[in-house]
Amino acid sequence: MINLALDIGTTAAPESYLFYVLAPLSVLAAVGMLLVKKAVHSALLLAWVMITLAIFYIAQEALFLGIVQIVVYTGAVMMLFLFILMLVGVDTSDSLVETIKGLRAISIVAAVGFGGLLVTLISRATFGRDVVGLSEVNAQGNALGIAELLFTRYVFAFEVISALLITAAVGAMVLAHSQKTKSQFAQRDLSIARFRKGELKDAAGLPSSGVYALHNAVDVPALLPTGSPAPTSISAVLEARGDMIESANYQLKEEAEEDK
Amino acid sequence: MSNAEIIGQDPGWVIALKGVLVFAVCVFLTIMSVWGERRIVARMQQRSGPNRVGKFGLLQALVDGVKLALKEDLIPKSADRIVFVIAPIISTTTCFMAFAVIPLTGPVNFFGQETVMQMTDLSVGVLYVLAIASVGVYGIVLAGWSSGSTYPLLGGLRSSAQVISYEIAMGLSLVAVFIYAGSMSTSEIVAAQDKWWYAVILFPSFVIFAISMVGETNRAPFDLAEAEGELVGGFHTEYSSLKFALFFLSEYVNIIAVSALATTLFLGGYRALPGLGFTEQWLGGWFTLVWFFIKVLGFFFVFVWLRGTLPRLRYDQFMKFGWKVLIPFSLAWILIVSTLRVMSQQEAPPALIATFIFSIALIYIAIATLIDKKKAAQEKAARNITSSEPDFPVPVIPNTRVEQING
Repeated sequence: MINLALDIGTTAAPESYLFYVLAPLSVLAAVGMLLVKKAVHSALLLAWVMITLAIFYIAQEALFLGIVQIVVYTGAVMMLFLFILMLVGVDTSDSLVETIKGLRAISIVAAVGFGGLLVTLISRATFGRDVVGLSEVNAQGNALGIAELLFTRYVFAFEVISALLITAAVGAMVLAHSQKTKSQFAQRDLSIARFRKGELKDAAGLPSSGVYALHNAVDVPALLPTGSPAPTSISAVLEARGDMIESANYQLKEEAEEDK
Repeated sequence: MSNAEIIGQDPGWVIALKGVLVFAVCVFLTIMSVWGERRIVARMQQRSGPNRVGKFGLLQALVDGVKLALKEDLIPKSADRIVFVIAPIISTTTCFMAFAVIPLTGPVNFFGQETVMQMTDLSVGVLYVLAIASVGVYGIVLAGWSSGSTYPLLGGLRSSAQVISYEIAMGLSLVAVFIYAGSMSTSEIVAAQDKWWYAVILFPSFVIFAISMVGETNRAPFDLAEAEGELVGGFHTEYSSLKFALFFLSEYVNIIAVSALATTLFLGGYRALPGLGFTEQWLGGWFTLVWFFIKVLGFFFVFVWLRGTLPRLRYDQFMKFGWKVLIPFSLAWILIVSTLRVMSQQEAPPALIATFIFSIALIYIAIATLIDKKKAAQEKAARNITSSEPDFPVPVIPNTRVEQING
């Protein structure tokens, strides 16, 4: 047993140190992910697990895969997770109330089944073999090797999956989209409506009193280009009371006569 | 010998020393660039800027740093304490990591050891920088979330949405560089630019990269995450003392890092300006470091210039610009570049290449004309709103004056 353990430990020294430091950390984080209460902490621990996995990939000469794992999973997928968690509830902890009946029983059965599957698969592993084929696969470099497989042998699967993903994204968009996400009349809509009426007088609100007139008191109406008073420029109450003063009253008549 | 092979022979002490040097240079540059930014912006606004502490105020940033460190370190009651502390650490560590793959010099003699000033040479070095940047976003998002208050949360969400969307445009702008260099390693991209800088032959990519790097670093005019008129201080509103200093540091190191990346990818990295290639041998190769930093500081100056010149964008306009202009434009450009590349690799006749370019130009003109026509129609429709009877006090239009004023 000890010999077997020693055999397993015969990878290159730095790699094994890396493994023995990071592996327990990632397992702890994975377990912690299930145990912590706050959803954001859970997401963070998951992000950590993904980063450690990426480091393992890199240590095992899958440099491209490791980096892409960080870009895609940590950078994009987990970030979206976090986004939604933050938007949905900043402080919510997981509630342990069953919303769907029998969900707990089903999930326990599924977990045991999946665990059994993993155990049977992993127990078939044989230890102590030499690494085979890695140098041939990586002969042209990591990225080129993956690209060649992806775009020749597996191109159909690749395209199908990308079509599926795009369909899913578009579908989600269509389902989530509704025409009524906007409030009925935003400021912008009101403004557009004012201009669409076809009459420019409604575009900028009512005119103030006294514009182009000879006095700017509230009871002196503004003058239209024709010289007639603009009825909308003073309060309807003033007009009804007869408290409206003609602009012409303020004409400086005496001075005008003196000029003559 | 390629850079990767030279670096592979480094003994441990060289690697360690390089790491320390990169860190020290970054911190020093941050301090100097804070001073430089304040002086340059001041000059642009006809002020003198900090000029009291030390010659030309050179020590101002250092003194400010000390002051910042001595301030009281507050953690709000509603904050999530662990995440609140982790966030600035993530921000700061990730921003330094990008420098690991940037080649600062050509082959030099480093205390008797032949090496290049580059920590490591990954075959996917540029992707590595993108990956690190995407981890760096966690610092901002978590800072916003863990502060337990509204403005930081909004700031954090804004800036992460911003960084993610502009990272897409940035990544797409890099594709053309990868296609031309035939590699994703920083040192090989520099080597591939020995004749022409990619800023010249891939000019559209360079423009997209330059725009998105401003968006990516949350700098003016794209500094919506800390729009002080709307969000107080954005994601770092609740941070004080050293934790705030870490965010401050990471912002400036990020600027230097993206500038260094832009220099490496588009301006020939540490190589001399065209025609000055003989200077690369000066000081036993160390003179290339001068070239590198001249280019980086040039980018930094542009960052400051933008800040001194442009007003901040509105958030929706900014996102629209990223998603509806930069990304589609990059995609179209990638298609064109890759087609041209394949043509030149397969040695297509020049007539075919000319036809391709001509048809692209035709398609572009057709689309532009269509858009112009639509715009003109819209403007015409908008102008048609007139009314015959005057019912609003507007100025009298000349030569149509009615002889009736004042009744």
